[in-house]
Amino acid sequence: MGLDETAEELVEDFNLFEDWSDKYEYIISLGKELSAMKKEDKTEENLVKGCQSQVWLVAKEKNGNVFFEADSDAIISKGICALLVKVFNGQPASEIVKNNLDFIEKIGLKEHLSPNRSNGLVAMIKKMKAYALVFSNT
Amino acid sequence: MVEKNNVFNLRNDFPTLKRKVNGKDLVYFDNGATSQKPSSVIKRINEFYQNENSNIHRGVHTLSQDATSAYEDARNKIQKYINARMEEEIIFTKGTTDSINLVANGFSREILNKGDEILISAMEHHSNIVPWQLACEYSGAKLKVCSVSDEGELDMEEFKTLLSDKTKLVAITHVSNTLGTINPVKEIVDFSHKLNIPVLFDGAQSVPHMKLDVQDLNCDFYAFGAHKMFGPTGIGVLYGKKKWLEKLPPYQGGGDMIKTVTFEKTIYNDIPHKFEAGTPNIVGGIGLGAAVDYLNKLDWESIHEYEKQLLDYATTQLSQIEGVRIIGNAKHKVGVLSFVHQKAHHYDIGTILDQLGVAIRTGHHCTEPLMRRFNVSGTARASFAFYNTTEEVDVFISALKRALKMIL
Repeated sequence: MGLDETAEELVEDFNLFEDWSDKYEYIISLGKELSAMKKEDKTEENLVKGCQSQVWLVAKEKNGNVFFEADSDAIISKGICALLVKVFNGQPASEIVKNNLDFIEKIGLKEHLSPNRSNGLVAMIKKMKAYALVFSNT
Repeated sequence: MVEKNNVFNLRNDFPTLKRKVNGKDLVYFDNGATSQKPSSVIKRINEFYQNENSNIHRGVHTLSQDATSAYEDARNKIQKYINARMEEEIIFTKGTTDSINLVANGFSREILNKGDEILISAMEHHSNIVPWQLACEYSGAKLKVCSVSDEGELDMEEFKTLLSDKTKLVAITHVSNTLGTINPVKEIVDFSHKLNIPVLFDGAQSVPHMKLDVQDLNCDFYAFGAHKMFGPTGIGVLYGKKKWLEKLPPYQGGGDMIKTVTFEKTIYNDIPHKFEAGTPNIVGGIGLGAAVDYLNKLDWESIHEYEKQLLDYATTQLSQIEGVRIIGNAKHKVGVLSFVHQKAHHYDIGTILDQLGVAIRTGHHCTEPLMRRFNVSGTARASFAFYNTTEEVDVFISALKRALKMIL
């Protein structure tokens, strides 16, 4: 499935939720399902440091597609990590660079990703895109 | 004791407390970050911009003279409120941080030499750490740090051993923003003064909870901001003893802080204007004056009693939740309740509480060294003001239980 289709599917999933708690419960469950990153990968280098929660990100490239692994010490942040990984994983680097992230607004999580929320997620998206940019140029 | 009715009357003075957040009645427990503003302060600010707006000090016209009087009246109100000897000892600044930077800058240029020492504590806000690090970098002085106990109290025995003839200033917080600890300020002053060491207190967190008497306290500097004491943001105060303020060089250059300017030599103005370069936050000063008028009407003895009961109640309720550890169990505390949960991250707790209309703060609270001292990456912090109620504590506790259920 392409990046846009995955994002669209996610938006549809979120539209089914009736209130905030369903939405958060879903994000939390995504966070719980996301396998933990190996301890040796949780390095200072892979840390996307935010004021509130810590986020780690690792990226690899295979045949022009990018594969991410992410983790966080906070479960909501981890759930949002899982969400981003779900959308971006295995996608062509050039597609990730191009994506304007409007799916985030559509699922009503924009407040978590606005720059004034210093939770590391804005920085994480920037880092994801930076990785993709590097891979798309190689 | 403040009867419940009185609290509800006081609550009515604060319009923001009436609003809903995420469809729920707001429970505002982030008073340590900033307090809400009473209608009288909001009204005064509005009035100034509606009818009185003018620049101050240099105008010959009526508006300017009236604005000058209003601004200087505010200085007078603050002087009386904290019982300073004279108006000249009240310097208007941007806030607590600015006040501390003013003193640190002056000390680094005028007082500190290589090998001298500044004593702070392990519970300081970054605002009372970094300005001194800058001063040390500039002057070659060294920063000494007094330890904090597991309960969150200053180690006063160690404090005494850290003072020496090298110590040029003690700069310590009156009340900890993270732990709520009220430090033994009188003891600190008495002991430091015996060795002729001046003392600065960071009063950012004390002013919303207690009335101050700087003459009785006898400290040399006291820094505080307006916005945590029910006044506007962007305005604060540095109280300094006259002899010290006269000794320190100007902080910034510009209009209003001079007597005469030539290209060869500029003669500085007298205190307090020496430290107030440029057009000040006029409406901020006047708004702070209105906040002081409001605080003057309160019965502080009852407020202390009420806030203590509220903190005790919240502490008892919170302690009963499994997995919660309260950070900061000092004997003397203001209404600040910092906690961590062994399995739930403070960010997750804060996010879910917000969805339930409860505003708390999460993170390191600008006290990273203190977080390391307690071996935590951050805490969740509920901080109370006199307008909060036990019913709100109940809402907070049940919201917290719901959040934990969702997270765990």
